[in-house]
Amino acid sequence: MDIVSLSRWQFAITVIYHFFFVPTTLGLSILIALFESLYVRRGDEVYKQMAKFWGRLLVINFAAGVVTGIVQEFHFGLNWSEYARFMGDIFGAPLAIEALLAFYLESTFLGVWIFGWERVSKGIHLAAAWLVALASNLSALWILIANSFMQHPVGYAIENGRAVMTDFWALLANPNLPYQFFHVFFVGVATAGFLLLGFSAWHLWRDGSKVAEVFQRSFRWAAVSALTGAVLLGLIGHAHGQFLGRVQPMKISATEAHWETAQPADFIVVARIDEKNRRNTFEVKVPKALSFLIYNNFTGEVRGINDLQAELEARYFARYGPASYIPPVTLVFWAFRLMVGVGLLMILLALLAMLRPRWKFLQRAWFLRLLLPAMALPYLAATTGWIVTEGARQPWIVYGLQKVEEAVSPGLTTGSVLFSLIFFTLLLGALTIVAGWLMYRAGTAQPQVAGDVVQY
Amino acid sequence: MILNILWFIFVMILFAGFFVLEGFDYGVGMLLPWLGRKEADRRAILRTIGPHWDGNEVWMITAGGALFAAFPAAYATLFSAFYLPVVLLLAALIVRGAGFEYRNRMNHARWRIFWDWGIFAGSLLAAFLWGVVMGNLARGFAIRADGNYYDGLLPLLNPYALASGLLFAALFTLHGAIFLIRKAPLEIAERAAKAGRSVWLAVLCGLILFDLWTWQTTDILSRPGLNGLPASALAWLALLFTGLALRQRRTGWAFLGSALTILCLITMIFTGLYPRILISTLDPGYSLTITNAASSAYTLRVMTIVTVFLLPLVLTYQAWTYWVFRQRVSVKVEESQE
Repeated sequence: MDIVSLSRWQFAITVIYHFFFVPTTLGLSILIALFESLYVRRGDEVYKQMAKFWGRLLVINFAAGVVTGIVQEFHFGLNWSEYARFMGDIFGAPLAIEALLAFYLESTFLGVWIFGWERVSKGIHLAAAWLVALASNLSALWILIANSFMQHPVGYAIENGRAVMTDFWALLANPNLPYQFFHVFFVGVATAGFLLLGFSAWHLWRDGSKVAEVFQRSFRWAAVSALTGAVLLGLIGHAHGQFLGRVQPMKISATEAHWETAQPADFIVVARIDEKNRRNTFEVKVPKALSFLIYNNFTGEVRGINDLQAELEARYFARYGPASYIPPVTLVFWAFRLMVGVGLLMILLALLAMLRPRWKFLQRAWFLRLLLPAMALPYLAATTGWIVTEGARQPWIVYGLQKVEEAVSPGLTTGSVLFSLIFFTLLLGALTIVAGWLMYRAGTAQPQVAGDVVQY
Repeated sequence: MILNILWFIFVMILFAGFFVLEGFDYGVGMLLPWLGRKEADRRAILRTIGPHWDGNEVWMITAGGALFAAFPAAYATLFSAFYLPVVLLLAALIVRGAGFEYRNRMNHARWRIFWDWGIFAGSLLAAFLWGVVMGNLARGFAIRADGNYYDGLLPLLNPYALASGLLFAALFTLHGAIFLIRKAPLEIAERAAKAGRSVWLAVLCGLILFDLWTWQTTDILSRPGLNGLPASALAWLALLFTGLALRQRRTGWAFLGSALTILCLITMIFTGLYPRILISTLDPGYSLTITNAASSAYTLRVMTIVTVFLLPLVLTYQAWTYWVFRQRVSVKVEESQE
């Protein structure tokens, strides 16, 4: 494999590891701050137990998020130095602001939260919890400002062969940003919801009538969180798709394996894709549905991959000559279908969890036992979602401005990148397993055994 | 142009802040297996940095981010040139970070011993590698006309840079030992004081060697006009002051002394570099400077406004947390019975 592919794999693998932990922090920090608020306002010790019990999971998860995240901060310099050189004027700023505004806040106040139960007043401790929640989500906002620029560049000019920022506010007002941010935000809400549902269900199932009040209440809160998150992230994702259909039709057409322009266009549910000959050899279709999904009507024209390829090739011919602008269609087509399928399953399960007090058949053990593996669903949806977003942008690293192959560091050797790829994959893989296993232990421990948030 | 100078200073402050703050938690990590003889001791040692290490590490992230935002070309060259050392550095940080948070999650002696050595090795490697990087910054490396470095790992592991790595590791050990004298339970603090006095001597010898070598192989101390000589002299004063304060058991002053030593050492390197950020050993014209590596004036202006608002805020609340956790850590009764 060449250096570009190895670097690509390395970025993909490390960032996917990182994003196992990110949504959990985003959502869980909010739920914990909420529980602690209820404890402070009502003086109800059960809520304090809830905050502390789930806080243990947050701390384990947060540590893994931090250490996997450090890799990303330096990755743009390590493997993608030409990207850093070309795009640094724009891309470095949100990254630095993320650190200044969010990382300091979240790490400092998480320290206060973990070690401060007996040191600071209740009010300050609660404020620390909310600052952690705010800061985590602010960090998501700033990294997505950076990512949105890569997806949909705005507020820039090209000077002396590099992109320079001309309008900071345009970066913040990137029309792609609200979709991406709220999509990720509600992934967090849903992920935390399913995490609490799974472990609460485990306790409800194991301990039956003797189960601690902590888990009964957690289950109810988690069901609300899981359902809200799953429904809203779906709706926002749909709106995002409609936006992309207008501004980056190639992304949508590739995701739908829609090769030929059609008016109206059918929605292909499943297909056997022949990327080489740029067609599908087998399709199951819903007539006119793709037009409806993109335009809310049954008449809109949806341009096919082949037409878009011809148009893009003509547009960038002076710069790149004959070249392909077709993303890896099979990959994004199936990743998207997996994501949507998992998302719908999440909505169904969250709805059932909401209905559990009313419907007798949901109170049986099978449903509770089902919720434990269901914790994996949001992770699967988030990962496949990122594969679609980043995969369907290919061959670009910054849409229309720089290709991935132009972005790689020139001074690297295959050997060193191969080494780091294997090394990071194994190290972060081991870390992910350890973190997941510790979270499983913490989630299935008894609250009284769990003791304090950290046993230093 | 004034903003380019300002950002050179900001980047220096962020790196200095990172080394001053995370320096002591690297040091505590390196001292952990040697000063913590019993499990309860080791827990108490880790509790001294528990609330702080992650906030300290953000200084490194921010320093990297600021370099990226203000001098992207320098960021690009630096981290791609130091590819393998940075990969190892990241691995070291991953292991020690996981160690801090995971060692107490399981009640098995072997599990804890594994992480204790992981914290030790991670802290040592991180301190050493940063020293190697800073040594190479002072010395320069073979940056070519296109701003890239193509010569691989071995030239970066030159004796001068390795010596710099050892000096950083020793200096951070001293800094960590002094932190423990102030924060650890008295029995451990006593051991830390003993360790601190011998490490101080090692740092003294190391600094003599490093300064002479810097004088000989780099222009950091010797170039006419602005150079690192004044800061170097201040580093000497601070280190001697640290030794004196240690002897007199004025631990607060000693901590200030070791912090100032680190600060002056970093200032020495940066003032010696200015206006260069990365020195090319092939041709002075290939060096990356605060003008040819910088972001546009617009970006620098935006970042200046943001930083002027946020950095004082960060300093305030981080200082506040040090005040909240100012008490000496004690050994918990239930832990000492294990």
